[in-house]
Amino acid sequence: MADAATTPTDMRPATPGPRATAATADVALTPAERRAARAELRRNRLMAFLLVTPLLVFLTFAFIAPIATMLFRSVHSPAVAELIPATLERLSEWDGQGLPDTATRTAFASDLRTLFAERRSGRLGEEINRVLPGASSTIQGTARRLNAEDPDAVAASGAEMLSALNPAWDQPDIWRALQRAGQVYTDRFFLTALDLERTPEGAIQARTSARIYIDLYTKTLRMALTITVLTILLGYPLAFFLAQQPSGRANMLIIFVLLPFWTSLLVRTTAWIALLQTNGVVNSTLMAVGIIGEPLTLLYTEFATVLAMTHILLPFMVLPLYAVMKGIDPSYMRAAMSMGARPIRAWWSVYLPASLPGLSAGAMLVFIISVGYYITPALVGGTDGQMISNLIAFHMQQSNNWGLAAALGSLLLALILVIYFAFDRFVGASNIKLG
Amino acid sequence: MTAVGDDGFLEFDRVQKSYDQQTLVVREFNLSVTRGEFVTLLGPSGSGKSTVLMMLAGFESLTSGDIRLQGRSIARMAPYKRDIGMVFQNYALFPHMTIAENLAYPLKIRKRPTAEIRSKVQEYLDLVELGAFGNRTPAQLSGGQRQRVALARALIFAPRLVLMDEPLGALDKKLREQMQLEITRLHKQLGFTVIYVTHDQTEALTMSNRIAVFNAGVVQQCDAPDVLYETPSNGFVADFIGENNFLPGELVGLTDDVAEVRISSGDVIRTRRADADRLGMRCQVSVRPEKLFLMPSDHAFDTKFTARFTNKLYVGDFIRYFFALPDGTELVVKVLNDLAAPDYSEGQEVTLVAATKDCSAFAPHRPVPE
Repeated sequence: MADAATTPTDMRPATPGPRATAATADVALTPAERRAARAELRRNRLMAFLLVTPLLVFLTFAFIAPIATMLFRSVHSPAVAELIPATLERLSEWDGQGLPDTATRTAFASDLRTLFAERRSGRLGEEINRVLPGASSTIQGTARRLNAEDPDAVAASGAEMLSALNPAWDQPDIWRALQRAGQVYTDRFFLTALDLERTPEGAIQARTSARIYIDLYTKTLRMALTITVLTILLGYPLAFFLAQQPSGRANMLIIFVLLPFWTSLLVRTTAWIALLQTNGVVNSTLMAVGIIGEPLTLLYTEFATVLAMTHILLPFMVLPLYAVMKGIDPSYMRAAMSMGARPIRAWWSVYLPASLPGLSAGAMLVFIISVGYYITPALVGGTDGQMISNLIAFHMQQSNNWGLAAALGSLLLALILVIYFAFDRFVGASNIKLG
Repeated sequence: MTAVGDDGFLEFDRVQKSYDQQTLVVREFNLSVTRGEFVTLLGPSGSGKSTVLMMLAGFESLTSGDIRLQGRSIARMAPYKRDIGMVFQNYALFPHMTIAENLAYPLKIRKRPTAEIRSKVQEYLDLVELGAFGNRTPAQLSGGQRQRVALARALIFAPRLVLMDEPLGALDKKLREQMQLEITRLHKQLGFTVIYVTHDQTEALTMSNRIAVFNAGVVQQCDAPDVLYETPSNGFVADFIGENNFLPGELVGLTDDVAEVRISSGDVIRTRRADADRLGMRCQVSVRPEKLFLMPSDHAFDTKFTARFTNKLYVGDFIRYFFALPDGTELVVKVLNDLAAPDYSEGQEVTLVAATKDCSAFAPHRPVPE
C-alpha cells in the first residue's frame, strides 16, 4: 500500500522533463519510453481499481444483488408449481371454459391427498387464497377428507370425490385460480399492487373490490411532499441564518442541527409518542392552559407521522442548503440591493437561483427518504399514518406474500426513478449540490 | 479634468462605527466630496476604509454621526433607496444571468421600457468594449472582462454615486494597469462621482483627485496625490505612500516653517516643519530616495550630511545606493543610471545633500502594518 502510494509521487517530478524536451525538439518517444509510459498508466489504473474494489464487492452483495432479487421475485413465483406439478401440466391444456377434464381433476385430487399427508396442503391453500379469496378453507377441508380415502380410490375417481366433497370444485373459478397461481412467471403481483385484476377472460381491469395500494401510494407521495415542503419552510430560513454567521458561531450552531443524528432514531420517535399521546405533554399542557377541554387525538394519526418525520428529516434539508449557501458570496445580495432591488426581490432574483442546487439536493434527499420511510410511521402512524413501506413490511412479515411485497417495492423504486428523471428534465440533475 | 462643482455633494459628518460596543473601527470621519470628484480611501487592511464604504452603501449602520448626499441624510435610508452604484472586488456578477441580463437588472428593477433597456445595455456594453459579449455568461469571461461588466452594471442606471471596493484586487498587475486607465477614461467621459477603496497606493495615486489615507480608523491626511506624496502631514503617511528614508534624530531648532534635526552623524538637517513640534523631542527626518543626491551634484540643495556607503544595487534604469548612519540606520538613494553614477568603495564616507522642502520632521510613528 505504502509502496504503491509513493510510486506516482516519485514518478511525477521526472515526467515534465522528458516531455518538455520532446515537445520542444519535436522528437518522438523511443519504443522503450512508450512502453514505460504505458506501464505507468496501467499501474495507476490498477491502483485506482484496487482502491474501489472493496466497495464494489460490498455493493454487489449488499445493494445490487438484493435489488435484483427483489425485482426477480416480483415476477417469479414457483411455490405452486412445485406443490402440484402434475396437475398444472394437465391444466396447461385447459382453455379456462367450463371445467377441466376428469383426468385433470382426478390428478389434482391425488396431488392434494399427497400434499395433506406431507402437511403441505396448507401452503397450497395460502397461495391459492391470494388469487381467489376463500379458496384456502375449500382446499384444506377437501384435503383433510381426501386423506381419509384410499389412495387408489382417489386415483380412480378423484374428480367425483371432489364434486361430492365441495360444490366449489364444480365451479371454474377455483380451477382458474389454480392455473393462474401455478404460473412460474407472473404479472399478478404487479396487477395486485396496481389494484388491477384479470377478468375470467384474461383481460386486465380495475379491481372490483377495494382500492388499497394506489390509494396508499398517493397518500405516501402526498405525505412525502408535505414533509418536504415543511422541511423547506423550516430549513431554508435556518440555513440562511447559519450561512450569515461568522464561521465559529456557525459551526457551533451546526452542532445543534447535527445533534439529532447522534440520537437513536428510535429514541427520537419514542419521544414523539411521549409528547403526543392522550395524556402526553402536548395534551396536558393544552388542557392545563384551558385551550381544550378534552384530549386531542394526536398520536397514531397521519399528523403524527408527518410531524415526527419532518423533525427527523430536517437535518437532511439544512445541511445541503447550508453548504451551498455558505458558498454564495454575500456581495450578490448587496449588488442587487445597490442596484435598487428590495430585499425580497433581490432574494428571489439572485439568492434563490444561487441556492437552488442546495434546495434541490435537500428536497430530493428528504422526499426520497420519506417516500420509503418505515420506522416512524410504524411507531406513531397507527392505521391512519401508514405509508407504503409499512405495507411492504406487512406482506413480508405477516402475510408472507413476498411476491407482492417485491412488486410493491419494485413499483416504489420505479416511482422514485420516474421522479428523479422528471426532476432532471425540469430542474436539471446538475443542479443538485451537496456543498 | 471632470466638471468638478457642487461643493458638499457628499458629506461625512463625524461618522463613527463600532462593531463590539467597545472599540471604534472608524473614528471622527469627516469628508466633503464635490460632484464629479474621484476620492480614494486608502489604507492598510483593517484600517476602517471598507467600513466607511459599507456605511455609505447602507450595508452597515452608523454608530454615530451622519452621511448626507445632496444635502439629505442617508444614514437611515435603506440601501436599495440610495441610488448608489457599487463595484465589488469579486465582481458579484449574477452567475445565472447572461452579461446582458446582468446589465439590464438595475433597469428592469426601475421598470424601464424594454426597448430602452435593450439600447442602454448595448450602449454600455460598447462603452466597456464588450459589445459582442452580451449573450455570454459571467463564467465565460476573463477576470478583466468581468470587472468591466461589473463597472458597466454599476454605471448603467446613472446612479448619484459610484462606489468601488478594491475592484482591481483580484486582477494581475498588467490587467490592473489596463483597468486603471479604463476607469479613468470612463470617469472623464461620464463625469460620475467615485468613492474608491484600495490598499494599493499606486492605484490611488494614479487615479484619484483626492486620497484619504486611513490608519486605525482615523484619517491621517486627505489631499491630492501630489500633495500627499510631496508633503505628507505625519510619519505614517510618509511611510505608507511611496518609499521613504527615516533618519532618527533630535529636534534642535524650530521656526514657523523650518525644523532642524540633529541626526546620529552629528549633522543638523534643515527640514520642512511637519508634526514634530517640541524642541528636544525625538523625531524622524523623512526624505525620499529620489530626493537625496550624492556630492558633487548639480541639483540645488540647502542641507547636507555624511553617511557611510555600504552597498549598491543595479536595477537597470537606475541604481540604488545603500548608506548607513553611525546608529545603524540604513538609507537608500536612487540615482539615474547615467554617466554621473559614481563608484564608491565599501565604508567610504559620502556627503548626501537634499532640499529643505523635500525633508520633513515627524514625530515617531508606529510601523505600517504589512
